[in-house]
Amino acid sequence: MLSTEEIKEIEHAIKLVPHKKAASVEALKVVQEHRRWVSDESLRDVAKFLDMSPEELDSVATFYNMIFRKEVGKHVILVCDSISCWVMGYENLRDQLFNRLGIKYGETTPDGLFTVLPNCCLGTCDCAPAFMIDHDLYRNVKEEQLEEILKRYD
Amino acid sequence: MEKPLTEHIRKDGRPLTLKEYEAIGGYQALRKMLKMTPKEVQALVKDSNLRGRGGAGFSTGLKWSFVPQDDTKPKYLITNADEMEPGTFKDRILLECTPHQLIEGMICAAYAIQANISYVYLRWAYKTAAQAILNAIDEAENAGYLGKNILGSGYDLEMHLHTGVGRYMCGEETALLNSLEGKRANPRAKPPFPQVSGLFGRPTIVNNVETLCCLPHIINNGSEWFKKLSLTADAGTKLYGVSGKVKKPGAWELPMGVTLRELIEEHAGGMQDGLKFRGALPGGASTDFLVEQHLDVKMDYTSVAAAGSRLGTGTVVVLDDKTCPVGFVKNLEHFFAQESCGFCTPCREGLPWVEKILTAIDAGEGNSDDIKLLEHHTRYLGPGNTFCAFAPGAMEPLQSALKYFRDDFEKHIHDKKCSYKLIANALIHEAS
Repeated sequence: MLSTEEIKEIEHAIKLVPHKKAASVEALKVVQEHRRWVSDESLRDVAKFLDMSPEELDSVATFYNMIFRKEVGKHVILVCDSISCWVMGYENLRDQLFNRLGIKYGETTPDGLFTVLPNCCLGTCDCAPAFMIDHDLYRNVKEEQLEEILKRYD
Repeated sequence: MEKPLTEHIRKDGRPLTLKEYEAIGGYQALRKMLKMTPKEVQALVKDSNLRGRGGAGFSTGLKWSFVPQDDTKPKYLITNADEMEPGTFKDRILLECTPHQLIEGMICAAYAIQANISYVYLRWAYKTAAQAILNAIDEAENAGYLGKNILGSGYDLEMHLHTGVGRYMCGEETALLNSLEGKRANPRAKPPFPQVSGLFGRPTIVNNVETLCCLPHIINNGSEWFKKLSLTADAGTKLYGVSGKVKKPGAWELPMGVTLRELIEEHAGGMQDGLKFRGALPGGASTDFLVEQHLDVKMDYTSVAAAGSRLGTGTVVVLDDKTCPVGFVKNLEHFFAQESCGFCTPCREGLPWVEKILTAIDAGEGNSDDIKLLEHHTRYLGPGNTFCAFAPGAMEPLQSALKYFRDDFEKHIHDKKCSYKLIANALIHEAS
């Protein structure tokens, strides 16, 4: 069931476009903002609200990298794996992150705190390697800084 | 040396507020422009020889001229701020630091085509930019620069921020339109072109951030001034960038047409100690390599094309002599294989195949036919065989790597290993 707050925000998104379907990406964003990810149940609820079939909405949801159709942890770590970060040796940083958290790409720590995902170029190539944790961008990351950065999230 | 787009950027990186922007002459171009006819604005910009800074380099004024000049509504103006070309980080600077410059540029472009609705299509990852733009739109509305009857001119323009949800394809203008309509970001067939039938089937112009930021300056100073900023026939300044193993990676606004050598050796401080320049992608992941013989090529649309590549976004990614060219291209093709929208078969099936071959060669498991197979793909996925420019773009670094670094591919296959990895491991061993 969509919450009152979610319905309010989706209705606002619908007002800005010529027809309901055009608000589909915005509506998925609303649900994810409130629940961290889009479950099958949420997907069906949003589809119904927008007069779409769940299949049609899911074809949109699964197209985009940043709509999560599987449960993610409280904090999502997005590791830039594109060319400038590769040249600057991001793979060592990635491996250290995997070791420290005991997980790989697409996995969540057992305490539900972190999910790690690979990500395309974050657009900060002169400060490679880079990663994001939720809304925070970390640039020029050195391996010895990793522990201190992770401690900021609980 | 004039740097109209970036000279007022604050050292601390905070965005210029409306007051700060007005204090340096902000929104004067808007006042001047509102006294001109839309046709006059188009003619001025066409005459300035401004070419699209998103990568394609098409004449901005000419692009606008395809929008039907009638009174039917709505028409749309969209800023393509979905910067996601690997190695590209130039629009981020303009978005984060000078949001009002972009907004003023957008009002100019919208007025020129008589659009009354505009969107900034912003990449999700640019969180700081999103906040800067939202604040700036708010300030501009309150000051009467946006909304109904702008500065008493009778012209109306509303502006919205749309943040994407991540997909490289969204930077292709017709895919961007589908995305804004709440659909999968597959590209559309052209014709009809967006200028005639774009967002929700209405006439639409999509312009890059840097392109739009040039407009207030062209209106303030004229088309001749803009042409004179450049060292070559392609007008204006350009935001160039360099990343990779150079001493001082960064981005700089410079006259259009500086050489690749000047960018790397002067502005980026040269290669890191102990490394040599081997090659570079001049304008993002989907451009052909330039090598040592091209260091004196002028970095403008015409000269880089003559050297067999494209200026693209003008943000250079450098390959050094201790980094494996096969691994470099493998990383690029992984990106393209993953980001293909899957709509047409050559791209959807071909790119993962290319990645698979490169992965095998890189791991020392390539065989003697692999280079021929890769070359076949560069033709099969080249221009004319796919629905949009995505796969041909993906083939540019591959075809040029096979040309300039062929020895490396052959050596990997013959030796059944990557010797660069052995060097890297030895260095790590030595250091510890």
